[in-house]
Amino acid sequence: MSDNKDQFRPEDHENDHFLLTSVVGSYPKPKWLNRAKELYEDDEADFDEDNWQEAKDDAARVITNEHERAGLDTVVDGEMRRNEMVEFFAHRIDGYEFNGPVKVWGHNYFDKPSVVSEVEYDESWLVDEYKFTASATDRPVKVPITGPYTLASWAFNEAYEDDAELAYALADLVNEEIEKLVDAGARYIQIDEPALATTPDDHAIVGEALERIVADIPEEVRIGLHVCYGDYSRIYPEILEFPVDEFDLELANGDYEQLDVFKDPEFTADLALGVVDVHVAEVESVEQIEENIKKGLEVVPPEQLVVSPDCGLKLLPREVAYGKMENMVQAARNVEADLDAGNIDIERETPTPADD
Amino acid sequence: MENIKRRYTLAECTMTEYVSTTPGLYPLPDWAKDDLSHLKGHQKHDLISGDEGEEITAVYEEARDEVIGVQQDASLDRIVEGQLRWDDMLAHPLAVNDAVETRGIVRYYDNNNFYREPVVTDDLAATGDVASELEAAADLTDGDALQAVLPGPYSLADLATDDHYGDEADFLAAIADFLADEADAFPAVETLFLLEPSLVENAPDDGQDERASEAIDQVASAVDADVVVHPYWGALEEKVYAHLLDADIDAVGFDFVSNQDDNLYNIQEYGATDDIALGLADGQNTLVEDPEAIRDRVEWVEGQLPTAEFETVYLTTNTETFYLPYAKYVEKLEVLAEAADLAEVTPA
Repeated sequence: MSDNKDQFRPEDHENDHFLLTSVVGSYPKPKWLNRAKELYEDDEADFDEDNWQEAKDDAARVITNEHERAGLDTVVDGEMRRNEMVEFFAHRIDGYEFNGPVKVWGHNYFDKPSVVSEVEYDESWLVDEYKFTASATDRPVKVPITGPYTLASWAFNEAYEDDAELAYALADLVNEEIEKLVDAGARYIQIDEPALATTPDDHAIVGEALERIVADIPEEVRIGLHVCYGDYSRIYPEILEFPVDEFDLELANGDYEQLDVFKDPEFTADLALGVVDVHVAEVESVEQIEENIKKGLEVVPPEQLVVSPDCGLKLLPREVAYGKMENMVQAARNVEADLDAGNIDIERETPTPADD
Repeated sequence: MENIKRRYTLAECTMTEYVSTTPGLYPLPDWAKDDLSHLKGHQKHDLISGDEGEEITAVYEEARDEVIGVQQDASLDRIVEGQLRWDDMLAHPLAVNDAVETRGIVRYYDNNNFYREPVVTDDLAATGDVASELEAAADLTDGDALQAVLPGPYSLADLATDDHYGDEADFLAAIADFLADEADAFPAVETLFLLEPSLVENAPDDGQDERASEAIDQVASAVDADVVVHPYWGALEEKVYAHLLDADIDAVGFDFVSNQDDNLYNIQEYGATDDIALGLADGQNTLVEDPEAIRDRVEWVEGQLPTAEFETVYLTTNTETFYLPYAKYVEKLEVLAEAADLAEVTPA
């Protein structure tokens, strides 16, 4: 369990118990931002770099404020400045080049980049984004970063011996970026590694990459790892060895079918539990989300539980995304009050020791 | 194992023919990606069901014309249709079948790619979908040798879900019947590539391996063409390979990009068909190989097999090429054609 969660507890928090509420990161972009992007990319339109920057700033303010209004304890700008989780970073790292779109499924494509030479740190990736968001809110800001394993796996590797070597080289760059973010004031970093679900046997590579990422990062900086849509039995309990404070896991989408995986051996880190499904465009009721939160209490005690959506909300209609966050926060506060009142009695099984 | 055939029987003076080809399933040209995105949409119910309208058909026709032109410009020895309509990749022949429901999006092997899970709910019957693609391609090939591409029966059964036949062996047999009927409707083709990645990725166990070989044999027998069975993403388990050699096929393909040692071991230990396909260019990496390097790898493989000389060596990418950006796919084809020419003039 991690000691750095309480720094995010609001001063006026109403309950004794505190279930930190957060989001994974991405959020639906306002329609006008997409329109502004079209104008920016249209050579005929009178819409320059400054206009485009202003549009992104406005969107970041609006969505950060939307997270605040939903009552979240930690907020994100909804990744308004990012197009896609690999492309955004690949454009900022020396060594990547783009050769055109490739198919993911159907007519969904992505500009899968190629690593053609040694990857090197050039301009900062996220410090400006962080500073802007932090200046737009009084709440603590969480910074999601695509992890090195995913940055390596979802690119063509032309330059490194294998994907592990590329991931390690990228991990050193992520470490450099986090140091800069920490200098700028960031205290909550989330590493996104969705590619681990594709190739769960590579968990040792992700673990080694994380060791490099956290090297010399102060302990008060909270580091989370987000993984989604995989067979968790293939990475648990091995991931408990990872040097992170929190695991942010998608579980609502599968109706907690995989919850038992995490009960034995004992879940020793903090659990950021997905309690709303981002692939269902209906807002779950507060009562339903309360039940989902209680699923988390079958795995960890309240002190180790964080409440979060399954994954980024960006594919949902914006009002649905907002509704899910608002109900999620309300449900968390209700469960806290119930815990305070001693109304929740959830038995956690006594697991076998991890080294058994 | 008694049923293993050793086929080092060729006369020493045979000259090997080097044939550049691909396993098909090409990326769409970028303009077609855009046009089809707009015409079809991005959701799973927007994907090809076999009854697409005129406008969409016209885009595919133009794109087919283009990728056939790319192969002709590169001087590939075999021309494929390109399988540009195969939204569900190797599961396509089922995805357009009336006896099949397409359900959720599922992962395509260990890739960051997805297809609609085809669930077989009724008796399978051939649709002629692939045959009509090949007929359209045949009109464009100007007499160049046409190559058909189908999923192998074991892989197609593996990619699908059976909600009708009830028994694994019956299901595989039904898929083999279905593919044989589809192949029977083909126009004249020089070669048929049967793609069998599941033989590696989800290897058949005892009994299954023999049935997989029989199913392949059945599909292969349905066409009057040279049949290449091409497994990829590794090497076959020994027993699976040994059983595969019992099928009446002309060549087995080997993915030397992802695994050299085990593939070589299989050939050295169990022999090979008279023809062979060598997956030597990486279908999943933008790094474009030198033609000379491909030629050297051909010589290296042949050098490891002192007693064997093949009648035909197919040079191919190890996998389908839809993983690549369009311009890189074009370059890979050019490299294969050039490598085959180099191998022809400097035989090992």
